[in-house]
Amino acid sequence: MPKFPSMARDGLANTQQRRNLQHATHTIRSKRATVVDEVPDWEELRVRGAAVKDQVLAHLDDYLVQLEASLTASGATVHWARDADEANRIVRDLVQAKEVDELVKVKSMATQEIELNEALEEVGISAWETDLAELIVQLGHDRPSHILVPAIHRNRSEIRDIFREEMGAVGTPAPDGLTDEPTDLAEAARRHLREKFLRAKVAVSGANFAVADTGTLVVLESEGNGRMCLTLPETLISVVGIEKVVPTWEDLDVFMQLLPRSSTGERMNPYTSMWTGTTEGDGPQEVHVVLLDNGRTSVLADEVGRQALRCIRCSACLNVCPVYERAGGHAYGSVYPGPIGAILTPQLRGTSSPLDQSLPYASSLCGACFDVCPVRIQIPELLVHLRTQVVDEHRGGRPSAEGVAMRTASWMFADHRRYEKAQRASTMSSKLLGERTTLGRLPWPASSWSGARDAPAPPRETFRQWWVRTHGSESR
Amino acid sequence: MTASSAVAVQRVALFATCFNDTMFPEAPKATVRLLERLGISVEFPLEQTCCGQMFTNTGYADEAIPLVRSFVKTFGPYDAIVAPSGSCVGSVREQYASLATRAGDAGLSRDVDQLAPRVYELSEFLVNVLGRTDVGAYFPHRTTYHPTCHSLRMLRVGDRPQQLLSAVRGITLVDLPQAAECCGFGGTFAMKNADVSVAMGSDKVRHVRETQAEVLVAGDNSCLAHIGGLLGRQRAGVRTLHLAEVLASTEEDPA
Repeated sequence: MPKFPSMARDGLANTQQRRNLQHATHTIRSKRATVVDEVPDWEELRVRGAAVKDQVLAHLDDYLVQLEASLTASGATVHWARDADEANRIVRDLVQAKEVDELVKVKSMATQEIELNEALEEVGISAWETDLAELIVQLGHDRPSHILVPAIHRNRSEIRDIFREEMGAVGTPAPDGLTDEPTDLAEAARRHLREKFLRAKVAVSGANFAVADTGTLVVLESEGNGRMCLTLPETLISVVGIEKVVPTWEDLDVFMQLLPRSSTGERMNPYTSMWTGTTEGDGPQEVHVVLLDNGRTSVLADEVGRQALRCIRCSACLNVCPVYERAGGHAYGSVYPGPIGAILTPQLRGTSSPLDQSLPYASSLCGACFDVCPVRIQIPELLVHLRTQVVDEHRGGRPSAEGVAMRTASWMFADHRRYEKAQRASTMSSKLLGERTTLGRLPWPASSWSGARDAPAPPRETFRQWWVRTHGSESR
Repeated sequence: MTASSAVAVQRVALFATCFNDTMFPEAPKATVRLLERLGISVEFPLEQTCCGQMFTNTGYADEAIPLVRSFVKTFGPYDAIVAPSGSCVGSVREQYASLATRAGDAGLSRDVDQLAPRVYELSEFLVNVLGRTDVGAYFPHRTTYHPTCHSLRMLRVGDRPQQLLSAVRGITLVDLPQAAECCGFGGTFAMKNADVSVAMGSDKVRHVRETQAEVLVAGDNSCLAHIGGLLGRQRAGVRTLHLAEVLASTEEDPA
């Protein structure tokens, strides 16, 4: 995949998407700000949320063993998956054993991350997304652009067109004369999905939280479609990242406050489903939990970087990020876009590809993401940390033009006499420029600045020269 | 804080920052004029160069470490170090400690811990250390203020710059819409992600023009160079000035 700057160029050129994103992120942003301001102890809650997650991460091995024991005791079957391939194979085998060729899905980032739908499709199993936005993305043969609102880049007339053109090929078609009124669109989706809910024998979900001491999995959602998947089918398979564990039921209380306000700007999310293994005669009779690593233990091994595993996927950082707002989610080349994606993706995948090397640089380090993060992930610091890692990995090899320039500049700045010599060259060039105070278009590499921006012409006299002239070199 | 706290500050050094020193000398000059007007005798240690922020933020930590050493050595003897740049002060206060740790030098870590709290952004120094919000400035222009990200979210300078600007005689201070949003400069981000940077800057410029201000003020010339570069290319007729220049401005010596 190409680097972030060239992927972002497509997003910037898509004016419809930019309008959609601008409108949507600003709407959620102000809703979030309003409901967060209502909570007098918000800062304390953030600190508590971070502390619970850090406690889990510090003893992750113990909590996972405890979670496995409680899940097993409550009738669930636990599977461990080191990577995406292993997780996909486990799910595929379980579904094939049921001799079905379709299943319904609760919106889940973990299954997006491992590209489960694609892996199932390879063996002829159709995985139907039931979250409205995920359905729009799936029907549109598109990729999600946002963690919480995957179809954020689409407006309602685009959605009407997708429903009209695509629904019929995979199930109940859109009603004739479908308008772009939200209620009509929701009704079309409802009819389309209802047929799938009632037919499905198998469901796949993720989990927002996994409670170690009780073996309870928790999903928060807005539409109730997830609850249909969690209750109707006979078999439920949940793919859960190992960082999702929380020690006790009591620990949920802080996240139940942090998550809805941060993500949808609601005081409370409409549907919270909690399930613990199997119950005879009620709900799925077979429950499987696939505990997924897929790079998480290597993130855990990085003492500075491990705080990224606190992430509860609220997407508040996306909604305030000026880079995300303009480039769009697809530019990040991952299911995790925006500021959290710019750190988490290279952390989980490593920084071997040009795209993953460019992601830590996909930020102006403005810091808005940290201010809204409900679990206080120091995203700007982590971006710098990862940039350092990218540069360090290239040390010793053939030096890049940037590397040479940086080393030379550092050498120049390390001694003020060398620096003053470079300054004299700058003021000399200014004298050659005459009366000009700004420069127009400049040759490469300065062209990346001067394409749209005037560059200031260097002054005739530096500050230092002025100081020595007016205050003398003895006066220090 | 009260004005009496100024008594504790015996030796004040100016950290001009390499960018101001070389490209925008008017900001440190104004800082000197302003502080001298307020009765502070400012020193300018000539050994100073660059805080290293560009290296740190681009991932070149090893290249930043010699600059940390040199900064600590140069400014160690001073009671207060004042810089007309929120972002360079942020680099010292927020990033030096981890660079010193990386250098594996306990002595350097100690020196950094000792020095960092004495490094002030201009508005912090004026309001917190000198206890002044009215610095006796005169600037009769329609002005809007952009709070740069590092001043706002790294240093948490809050509304200190606005307090200072509000006390300026003759000024018409107008609010900048979506002021807290990043202008898109971001150091090497402006070059590495030039398209996104310009898109962000264009929105900032649009908001600046909406205010119909004659002058855009900020506490960082790097952000101003970016916004000003866009304003200039658009022939927008809006001047960019550093906060220090507005605060130093008087009827006798207007900015």
